Amino acid sequence: MSHSFESFKTRAEAVSAEVHRFGTQEEATAFLLSFLQEEGVSPQEGAVCAAGTFLDGPRKDDLKVKVPGLSFEVSQAASASSKVGISQLDWGIAATGTLVQDASAVDKRLVSTLPPIHVALLGTDRILADMNSVLEHLRPQELNYISCITGPSRTADIERVLTIGVHGPERLIIVVVDDLQQVMA
Amino acid sequence: MTTQFKDSIETALHNPNLTGALGRFSEAYRVSRAKAYEGIDFETVRDEIVAAKADASSRFEELAQQFKQNAEARGAKVFRTSDPEQVKQYILDLAREQGVQRVVKSKSMASEEIHLNKAFEKAGIEVDETDLGEWIIQLAHQTPSHMVMPAIHMTKEEVATVFSQEVEEGQMPDIPKLVKFARAKLRPKFLQADMGITGANIAVAESGTLVIVTNEGNARLVSTLPRIHVAIVGIEKLVAQVKDITPILTALPRSATGQLLTSYVSMISGQVPNTDGSPKQLHIILMDNHRSDMAKDPMFKEALQCIRCATCLNVCPVFRLVGGHVFGKTYTGGIGTILTAWFDELKKADDIQGLCIQCGTCVPMCPGKIDIPKLILELRRRIVVEKGQSMGMKAIYAVVNNRRLFHSMLRVAAVTQKPFKQGRFIRHLPLFLSDMTEFRSLPAVAPRPLRDTIKEIEQPKSPEKVAFYAGCLIDFCYPEMGESLVKILNKAGIEVIFPDEQTCCGAPARYNGAYEVAGQNARDNLKALLATDVKHVVSACPTCTVALKHDFIETFKSLGESDAMAQAEELSAKAIDFATLVKKLVDEGRLTLKEGETLEKITYHDSCHLKRTLKASQPPRDLLQQAGHELSEMYECDTCCGMAGSYSLKLPEISAPILERKLKFIKETGATKVVMDCPGCVMQIRGGLDKEGSPIHAEHTVETLANRFK
Ligand code: SF4
Ligand code: SF4
Repeated sequence: MSHSFESFKTRAEAVSAEVHRFGTQEEATAFLLSFLQEEGVSPQEGAVCAAGTFLDGPRKDDLKVKVPGLSFEVSQAASASSKVGISQLDWGIAATGTLVQDASAVDKRLVSTLPPIHVALLGTDRILADMNSVLEHLRPQELNYISCITGPSRTADIERVLTIGVHGPERLIIVVVDDLQQVMA
Repeated sequence: MTTQFKDSIETALHNPNLTGALGRFSEAYRVSRAKAYEGIDFETVRDEIVAAKADASSRFEELAQQFKQNAEARGAKVFRTSDPEQVKQYILDLAREQGVQRVVKSKSMASEEIHLNKAFEKAGIEVDETDLGEWIIQLAHQTPSHMVMPAIHMTKEEVATVFSQEVEEGQMPDIPKLVKFARAKLRPKFLQADMGITGANIAVAESGTLVIVTNEGNARLVSTLPRIHVAIVGIEKLVAQVKDITPILTALPRSATGQLLTSYVSMISGQVPNTDGSPKQLHIILMDNHRSDMAKDPMFKEALQCIRCATCLNVCPVFRLVGGHVFGKTYTGGIGTILTAWFDELKKADDIQGLCIQCGTCVPMCPGKIDIPKLILELRRRIVVEKGQSMGMKAIYAVVNNRRLFHSMLRVAAVTQKPFKQGRFIRHLPLFLSDMTEFRSLPAVAPRPLRDTIKEIEQPKSPEKVAFYAGCLIDFCYPEMGESLVKILNKAGIEVIFPDEQTCCGAPARYNGAYEVAGQNARDNLKALLATDVKHVVSACPTCTVALKHDFIETFKSLGESDAMAQAEELSAKAIDFATLVKKLVDEGRLTLKEGETLEKITYHDSCHLKRTLKASQPPRDLLQQAGHELSEMYECDTCCGMAGSYSLKLPEISAPILERKLKFIKETGATKVVMDCPGCVMQIRGGLDKEGSPIHAEHTVETLANRFK
């Protein structure tokens, strides 16, 4: 497992994602809180969060109080004006540093496409070896929209110079949590 | 060739931004591609791709029906048509019905193939490309020059000018700022659009899934924000099963951009909610436009295995000089030539098919295992069949097909060339022919051909004989190469016989699409070479060896002639190139190199046919090193020298810079000699070095080794 994580981290960082790992959800929440504060998330420059098992219940209420500007009501307008989008991803791919999710719900796509920063949460045990393994769990035969994300948005269309952050997020922060039990997608 | 076409080549060659950008890219590309494939077995991956795509193209109709059924069961509407006009009509009708005013597009080559944007503009509907490169091209009113990087021909200064003129004044040529500007300007367009148009990289029949890859994230926005999603998909994107996705996703990003995976991959299999919760309309257009005709053509079917990675552009020595615009409007490079001939019309490919120098560099690197040079030759053949050969060409072939006449003309040339000859080179030719000597000196026709001089060599009588197939260049320009070959084989106790009836190998005719002529050449040679009982037919010209080994058979196949096939196969089994034969004799202990020699530093140039068709890059290197030479490899040792038979006569403006590059890398090694196995390459490289007055000597391996055996 930790071998998968190391490979995942190496690959993801190689494509400019920022990867953090925490043992517990408490630690991860603390990180998230300080991250949102450091980024100056406020009612003017907000954050939107698409629901997941991690940010539910008391943790959610606590964060809401501590970060004014953090909203759990996802809409196109809210996402378009937010600085940070937060979502929980279903699977990771060690071979390529990729995050994969069932993105049939539009909220999940809005928070990971429109804001300039995307914070992606993932359980450590959700990292699998390769695309084939993930497609056994997230089956295109059943799901209408599957998204795979590998690093932030990029382009090399002008003089082949790699530039991060064209239409999608310019930063991808991946928070991997060891004790995060995800409900099977 | 039309003057318009020649002009477009001129323009491209005189655009230093273009040639500089493409040249640098093609060098960096090879490195990043190789790195991306570390730990991956490319051959296995492409076998899987070919299996999936070949299966699909043999049953498009069935898969298209299946796709339609499955996608519609999941809420999509699937429209199938073979006619590009109907695609446009469908979309325009839909737009009208739904009150669409603004459209955003992510990259779709199928939409470019049918000129969809023009149709929107005519209908008064605002349409914006959102892929950065495509947007730049749209604003600049140009067409893409590369399948993956549409604006690679433009500098940041040009982009800044286009943005300033077309969008907002005052943009500076600073790439991050230009990208930010594009983000800011396109964002409201995504948010306001009523319709989003995408293409798809893969369409899976069993699940009705579209797979869309992007790096910028624009396809995600285009398929998420507007209330209507239209995907235009060529039926060659179909595969049967979900499991067919992975090999394509393994190869496409690695081959296209040297990435392990693109930033985003979306797999869309059915209706999803809109941002306001209403169900999104999903329309999928499966477009044929001659693809199923192609699937029925036994030769061109394989071109449907293309995954549009553009490797064949990136590694092509011609593409990197002239870029995409010379090739046409939508699909560029070698594969673009083939697709244009089918999706547009054969006629449109008439000029551009001539750009392929037949070097074969793209073949081992294509994830779809498409033999582009072979297919381009076939196009050439069909074009000749359709519109006939020009009078001039006909006259030439009439001569080539009459060995006696041809050979006596060459003998006459040995005399008439005198006014232009200095030493062993022709340095000037009169008037229009001067293009031929502008960038390299041409070899003079030898005073006496090999077919005469070889008879004067005293050979040991031996029961073991090989037949020597000289080819025109060695026979008439470089007889000394043939004499060296005889000398070496004699040392192994082998007697070399020279069947006098041998004639041109037919390559010049074949590479110009004159298959009848090539077929006649093949028959004459079969008769001459199979008349004697020999184990091997050796040749020191790789193009000739390839003709004997493969092309005779292929030519007969294309012509549908089977009567001489058995003989062609017999000859194919006997044909062998000089270096491979000699290496074998050395390994068997029948030839021994002199020991303890320390010879000059050399560099080795791989001839296209020897390396990629005959796969003999190692034997000559081993022999030269065993002989005592220090081998200093040049950069891109296996890149074409620009000769390629009559190519250098037809397109000297392309041949010359390819040669120039080759000479540069030769000089950089510091070697005093460049060795190769092809008399054509010797003619090109020796001629180029002579023209420059370089002291470096170019020669055939057979010459370098002539006196090195005990
Ligand atoms: S022909 Fe081969 S190399 Fe060229 S774009 Fe298609 S798949 Fe890639
Ligand atoms: S064979 Fe050579 S010249 Fe022809 S398309 Fe391939 S790389 Fe280009």
